[in-house]
Amino acid sequence: MIEFHLDTRSGIAPYLQLIQQVRQALRLGLLREGDQLPTVKDVSGALAINPNTVLKAYRELEYEGLAAARPGVGTFVTKTLTDESIAAHQGLSQDLLAWYRKARAAGLDLESIEAIFQRTVRSALLEETA
Amino acid sequence: MTAVIDARGLGKQYGRRWALTDCTLTIPPGHVVGLVGPNGAGKTTLISLATGMLTPTTGTIEVLGGRPADGPDQLAKVGYVAQDTPTYAGLSVEDHLRFGAHLNPGWDDQLARNRIRRLELDPKQKAGKLSGGQRAQLALTLAIAKRPELLILDEPIASLDPLARREFLQILMEAAAEHELSVVMSSHLVADLERVADYLIVLVGSRVQIAGEVDALLATHHVLTGPSREASSLPASQHVLTQSHTDRQSTFLVRGSEQLQDPLWSVGGLSLEDLVLAYMGSAKQSTTVLEGIR
Repeated sequence: MIEFHLDTRSGIAPYLQLIQQVRQALRLGLLREGDQLPTVKDVSGALAINPNTVLKAYRELEYEGLAAARPGVGTFVTKTLTDESIAAHQGLSQDLLAWYRKARAAGLDLESIEAIFQRTVRSALLEETA
Repeated sequence: MTAVIDARGLGKQYGRRWALTDCTLTIPPGHVVGLVGPNGAGKTTLISLATGMLTPTTGTIEVLGGRPADGPDQLAKVGYVAQDTPTYAGLSVEDHLRFGAHLNPGWDDQLARNRIRRLELDPKQKAGKLSGGQRAQLALTLAIAKRPELLILDEPIASLDPLARREFLQILMEAAAEHELSVVMSSHLVADLERVADYLIVLVGSRVQIAGEVDALLATHHVLTGPSREASSLPASQHVLTQSHTDRQSTFLVRGSEQLQDPLWSVGGLSLEDLVLAYMGSAKQSTTVLEGIR
């Protein structure tokens, strides 16, 4: 079972934050096929958020084929994401680690490193879509 | 489905002053409704009309399809927590539960006792000796345990500290999910409602300025920034709420049925708080304009 948290200063809609956290947990292997997601009641109570917000996030996950609701029981994960992404690309994270060490050695702080990473990803995305 | 609150031309006059003017609203069920507005805007008046504590001067109001407070069935359907979550100071927590059981035919004693246990309230404690947060929790427990379809709360957390606020909203949202309650809750602070409300009513100067689902409101309101120009040069689909200008740049907060497709303008979203403040600001502007004309 995972626990959700909300960043109210991020400007990202709460239901999107819930979706992102489930996807992230799937990628990191914290959630696997068959695992139950926290009930709507538990999430609403823990985060003090509107139950409809949680329902909306869970419906979106169902629509994406990542989760399915079993009436009267709860919502369950229907897909495992780790094998096809993170774990299968061990080489990529090692490349990134080498790059990170190079950036550190060049004297960059964490914010600058994140900024370079984000800018590079964004401009690559722009090129792809152009 | 029956509307939670259905008001038609509703108004309330005290002497020569109108506390609520021409209020027409239909609130669908299954929402947590935030009723926001500055102090004295008419929030408590609207709530008092919905609970049957007041009778309208003009117009009509129906709550869950019935007249407010019209007989035991109607009273059982609506839970009400008045401003500052009042309890009986001289009665113990246990007395409050017994009182609740006597007065409410649908009373869920197990639910009430479970909550009191989870809140770690001593049943023998006098309500007058409880902290503000505990008193609010006791009042909320009583209102939930009568198992209403609609829960109406008037500024329930205004006087609580941040931790007690959070705990109160946690219990409220958990109950809303568990019992599929509709909730109407007033506050003069938008920040209190930001996570919990999915339907919003903005009340300023005795009038409803806007009402609707939060997602729809956020999707139809935008901030436009661009080169300096007059508000009248914007397309008719963009209704301007507030504007500010420098010699180079204009900023407009608009409500638009469609998004502006003009490369000169950068279009941004806005937070619920910005949206509410814009309506409060533009309501004030329009009254000054009216006074100016007079």
